[in-house]
Amino acid sequence: MNTYNSWKKIKSKYAQLRLNIYLLKKNTLTKWALYGVVLLTLIALIVPIILPEDVHVTQDANPRDKLLPPSSDHLFGTDELGRDIFKRVLLGTNISLRTAVLAVGAAILIGVPIGAVAGYYGGFTDELLMRLTDIFLGFPPLLLAIVIAAFLGPDLNNATLAIALSWWPWYTRIVRGQAVSLTERPFVKAAQAMGTPSARIILKHIIPNCIAPVIVQASMDIGGVILTIAAISFLGLGAQPPTPEWGLMVSTSRNYFLNAWWYSIFPGLAIFFTVLIFNLLGDGLREILDPKTRKN
Amino acid sequence: MTESKVPYLHIKDLKVNFKTHEGTKKILDIDEIKIDKGQAYGIIGESGTGKTVLALTILKLLEMPPGEIASGRILLDGDDLLKKTDKQMEREVRGKKISMIFQDPMSTLNPVYTVGDQLINVLVKNQNLKKKEAKVKALEMLKLVDLPDPERCMDKYPHELSGGQRQRVIIALALSCGAEFIIADEPTRNLDVTIQAGILKLIKNLQRTLNVTVLFIANNPGLISSTCDNAAVLYKGEIVEQGNTREVLKNPKHPYTFVLLNAIPKSKNEKINLSRIAITDVEENLDGACIYYNKCIKKTDDCKTLQKNIKISETHTVKCCLAEEN
Amino acid sequence: MKKYIFKRILLGLLVLAGVVTITFFLTRVLPSNPAAQWVGPRATPEQIAAAIKTLGLDKPLIVQYKTYVLNLLKGDLGVSLRSKQPVLTELKTYVPPTLELVLISTVFAVIIGIPLGLYSAKKKDKLLDHFCRFFSVGAVSLPTFWVALFLQLIFYRWLQLLPLGGQLDAKLKLMYEVPKITGMLTFDTLITGNMTLFVDALKHIILPGITISLYPIGLVARMTRSALLEILGEDYIKAAKSYGLKDNLILWKYALKNSLGTTATVLALSVGYTLVDTFLVEAIFNWPGVGNYISTAVMSMDYPAIIGVTLLSASSYVILNLIADIIIAVDPRVRT
Repeated sequence: MNTYNSWKKIKSKYAQLRLNIYLLKKNTLTKWALYGVVLLTLIALIVPIILPEDVHVTQDANPRDKLLPPSSDHLFGTDELGRDIFKRVLLGTNISLRTAVLAVGAAILIGVPIGAVAGYYGGFTDELLMRLTDIFLGFPPLLLAIVIAAFLGPDLNNATLAIALSWWPWYTRIVRGQAVSLTERPFVKAAQAMGTPSARIILKHIIPNCIAPVIVQASMDIGGVILTIAAISFLGLGAQPPTPEWGLMVSTSRNYFLNAWWYSIFPGLAIFFTVLIFNLLGDGLREILDPKTRKN
Repeated sequence: MTESKVPYLHIKDLKVNFKTHEGTKKILDIDEIKIDKGQAYGIIGESGTGKTVLALTILKLLEMPPGEIASGRILLDGDDLLKKTDKQMEREVRGKKISMIFQDPMSTLNPVYTVGDQLINVLVKNQNLKKKEAKVKALEMLKLVDLPDPERCMDKYPHELSGGQRQRVIIALALSCGAEFIIADEPTRNLDVTIQAGILKLIKNLQRTLNVTVLFIANNPGLISSTCDNAAVLYKGEIVEQGNTREVLKNPKHPYTFVLLNAIPKSKNEKINLSRIAITDVEENLDGACIYYNKCIKKTDDCKTLQKNIKISETHTVKCCLAEEN
Repeated sequence: MKKYIFKRILLGLLVLAGVVTITFFLTRVLPSNPAAQWVGPRATPEQIAAAIKTLGLDKPLIVQYKTYVLNLLKGDLGVSLRSKQPVLTELKTYVPPTLELVLISTVFAVIIGIPLGLYSAKKKDKLLDHFCRFFSVGAVSLPTFWVALFLQLIFYRWLQLLPLGGQLDAKLKLMYEVPKITGMLTFDTLITGNMTLFVDALKHIILPGITISLYPIGLVARMTRSALLEILGEDYIKAAKSYGLKDNLILWKYALKNSLGTTATVLALSVGYTLVDTFLVEAIFNWPGVGNYISTAVMSMDYPAIIGVTLLSASSYVILNLIADIIIAVDPRVRT
């Protein structure tokens, strides 16, 4: 009977997976977005190996080449220090993607346990933690990150931390809702009846069972986080020169862009396309995985 | 029923499929349904046999995709509805000629408008009334469906009404269109038994007094017997037996109809013979076989190949090769 | 219903108190040196010590917090470290221009975003839907600060149609007396009837207006679409169709009213985003608003100014969310 049941479970999981793959294939835009994300990841991983510590990238090496328009030598032109903008944009992929993943990961690490504890214990603990969450959500989006980044001091790692510190409540909300309903489920009740310590129940039963919606949310958030990092760097609170960070590049270009359009256009386009690809993927994933919007 | 007369609604060779990622699935395969003007026609079948799909197909409200009308004709007064565009359906058919009573009174009314507003909207659109006239007429409609305290109900929101009251409002809405043909899709499904009787009586009375044609869909033969002149039994999208209601219910010829009728206790003392319902998980996939083959307790080898409509009488047909012709 | 609204207001106040507390402690716990800021870069250690005393920084943190909160309740936001002016007075001059931008973006979000989402949902999976979705996802993916530069490049540098920044032409400011009624120039110049000034003010607001509006339009369109798709699948929409009601009536009256709650929440959210976007954009357009004010304050660690703006943005955000929640509560489905 047990093997039959688990066989049935595997079969239904498989059917579910097949349905999801089918929906993904049917949704052309999402499919292309997925390819785009793979491509971006490859760029982020490979480019730093091909262009290590390149003089064109981080130091002012060729003052004679400064602010050259795009040409076959410099695909995206050069900046005020004669550095190749194309190479810098490529290198920026790694920075943006890495910081975004780190920030979202840290936000999950903070948000998920709080949500699980609130949902599992309920009552006063729940009330306290959720009101705290409400307070953090009371700041307009981005504002808290900017304020924290300002007080931590201008640095890319600080900016990443600042984003994590302002982003966690969203995950807390999702996990808390899941945890409340999970607490009522028989396997949790059974674990409680056997005297399993609460901490163990939360770690072994509650958190693993609410990780799926968290991952969907995270995939949707990556685009927004990349945008936030660029914005914080643009304000001068994130990455510092000579880091090839996109937002910082657009920021520096402000002094030159009226006579050197390529300087701000290309890093900005890089931000736009990266965020667009992640947003399209996130949107598509939500549509596929959310039964409410899914219709056959 | 005379052959020469053109039926009011005539469905012929209707095939509806659903397309899913696992391939095309047959939902409806109806040879023929004829409904005369002023008649009440019942369709019985368990849930999932395609009754609601049939109703939605007639109104062309079936979601496409996944739905797909593979072939067939639906003639209303000789006019093929399947050839009409969505705009034509909206302008000429829906509300004007056909309207529908939906099965779930809880979700059929718009939760953010009052009962009166919803009625007035329908009346203004379909009967070319001014807003003031529509208001008077709306009140009349609520009285017509025997809603207690109609004046106060006009200003109420759907969630403030009980299930039975809501269903009366929904009937009023369907009638407000002034359509001559009404599809009632299990109108009593989600109601208490005591309220069911009242709603049934109401529909029957209205059908007589307003002389509308009704297509009555139900999962319970008992509901059909008291309301309908003719009836059809639907199984897995196919009509297995149809004809005069009394003949079909009193003298069922299809094994499925038999099982369906026996599944309902007629009195306290009668025991249901459950042995007649074959419970089987084995699903032999046989092309060209009788649709009921897998569950039939009377099946013979002929059933694997033979599939034909047999006339029991002028007013009674059955789709079973074992039934004897009269 | 009344109880719910009361509870909701109470929560709003709690959130605001929390925002004040968090912001206050952030400014003190995290490394920064307000006293040095106060006296300027070439101060002697004695001057700094004196400044610490004047600013009350020698007292225990909890006492400082108490003083701050008590002053706040009296409407005193403290004194800017940089300009040594009361923050409240400064905010009064900086708020109207920002409000002008926020209002414009909200109006655009409503008159462009909602119809876009509506038609997109109606024509699901048709060409128009794909276009609308692409546009709305694109709009929320654009870095605002970059759009600002891009527009300046096109309309100022290349086409030479619109000014680079500011609220009014410098020459016109000398020639005419600039009206000060609400502080929102396009509005003020219009009601005083000075057409020359009005046209110029309008020219100046076009680029920042467009920049700020893109995100809210995209956000509102996206959310309206998904809310509507859910509603259009409901039975009562099918029923309304079966009664022969027109598609447009169903879309604009039946479905839209049902999605009102979502739309209100989204608008509150979009104003929240817009507020913060002004931080990025106003400096680029040299727009004398709150965003411009806070970006200078952030650079110089002017903490009373930072808390002031944070508090202002957070309270408007909390109030908007409160309004949205009350709108949802008025919805007869939630009403009990």
